[in-house]
Amino acid sequence: MARPASSRRLRVGAHLLCALPLAWLAARGLADDLGANPIEAVIRFLGDWALRGLVVALAVTPLRRLTGWSRLAQYRRMLGLWAFTYAALHMASYVGLDQFFDWNNIGIEILKHKFITAGMTAFVLLLPLAATSTAGMMRRLGGQRWRRLHQLVYAVAPLAAVHYIWMVKADIRQPLVYAFILLVLLAFRAFWAMRRSAIA
Amino acid sequence: MLLRQSPDIRPSEITPQSDYLNRRQILAGMASALLAAGLPAEAALAGPLAVARSSQLAGDEKPTSLKDITHYNNFYEYGLDKDQPAQSAPGLLKLRPWTVKVSGECARPGIIDIDELIKASALEERVCRHRCVEAWSMVIPWLGVPLAQVLARFEPSSKAKFVAFETLLDPRQMPEQRSSLIYPWPYSEGLRIDEAMHPLAFLALGLYGEPLPAQNGAPIRLVVPWKYGFKGIKSIVGIRFVEKQPPTLWNALAPNEYGFYSNVNPTVDHPRWSQAKERRIGEFLRRPTLMFNGYGDQVAGLYSGMDLARDF
Repeated sequence: MARPASSRRLRVGAHLLCALPLAWLAARGLADDLGANPIEAVIRFLGDWALRGLVVALAVTPLRRLTGWSRLAQYRRMLGLWAFTYAALHMASYVGLDQFFDWNNIGIEILKHKFITAGMTAFVLLLPLAATSTAGMMRRLGGQRWRRLHQLVYAVAPLAAVHYIWMVKADIRQPLVYAFILLVLLAFRAFWAMRRSAIA
Repeated sequence: MLLRQSPDIRPSEITPQSDYLNRRQILAGMASALLAAGLPAEAALAGPLAVARSSQLAGDEKPTSLKDITHYNNFYEYGLDKDQPAQSAPGLLKLRPWTVKVSGECARPGIIDIDELIKASALEERVCRHRCVEAWSMVIPWLGVPLAQVLARFEPSSKAKFVAFETLLDPRQMPEQRSSLIYPWPYSEGLRIDEAMHPLAFLALGLYGEPLPAQNGAPIRLVVPWKYGFKGIKSIVGIRFVEKQPPTLWNALAPNEYGFYSNVNPTVDHPRWSQAKERRIGEFLRRPTLMFNGYGDQVAGLYSGMDLARDF
């Protein structure tokens, strides 16, 4: 579908914006400026941005409905896929850098340590969403089923927040900020869903 | 970060194994590099300290670079991020005058003045492993005095079953003591008296031949190399001989995660991660964690008959 040039420029700009944290990480990595424990720095950074990406993607619909700015909807899939990209890199750096493909130990960590369990579950639930993000898949599944499948993100985001809360040693102020924003974003949806069913 | 202005210092330049024998020259070079990088005067308070003897307690393992040791710190009084203490502690922590009050179950309670302690002691350099409960580790060339030697002067009585340590409490010098109210400040730690009197327990006054930088717990901190790093309480102002096991900060906050003993033990996992392996700062692959951090031959006897999975 042809889009006007101004909208295309906006899309390119949005992609660049989403890639900015990654570029910053790469630049710092190349400058050998990731601190004494660069592996931990990379994993934390990518995890932070995966969670931020989820928050931003989940903010699209409430923002669109509150502001009536319908063009926002065009960016929802893109933002979701960028969130997935950061989550996938977060996971890859855990598996490849932190654990160095020690699958045995990764298995033990998933079973024994609940913050890993939560994070791994969140990532696995994201996979079908990323896989069915194309227009072709959307058509094949049909709008209704596709939408129901993608409601999985309502489980993924809280799991990601819990993953963060459980990881932190004692001071959970920062993870709670994310959890609170997610709660508000999900509460909007719950409220609208209830109103819909009340009307129907 | 302060040292970043000085791109010529690379970890590999700071501590190549072969050069470590020529410590004096390197230290002199580093001192000037530190000053050139614009660290406040506190960081290099009195210039190099005199070293009376040197003990190599980490085999042939290479000491971690000065930059990593001084820029990757858990010192929550200055923030939760590991680079924050290096940024704010040197400018905020007032290192002199500094005294440590020694009290409790002992015949001669009194005060330790840091400068007098440094002057009166034959300082020992100890290169030993440092294993953080967060599963990373370093090799650190501390400088200081055996804890037992300091404690003995106060003549602990038979009722002194434990030793309690306390960090400075001053929110103007330690800003997070004001803003992070979930922590029961001041930081506190404790040892059983036989642990405290063990020759491996150490009071560090210096690092790499210089007085301790603020972010590493200046001017005086505890080093208990067979225990997780958080037992090594920083910037000590109080030592008390007590009859009952004293409360300690991390243990009070999360008793299921941080035991009173907190001996390095690869077979007892932290509830949230495995302790079987550790990442040595500067290395890529994790290395296996050693029981008692490799000091079992010396300290295992302290715990004979104890169930270390229960008394972790």
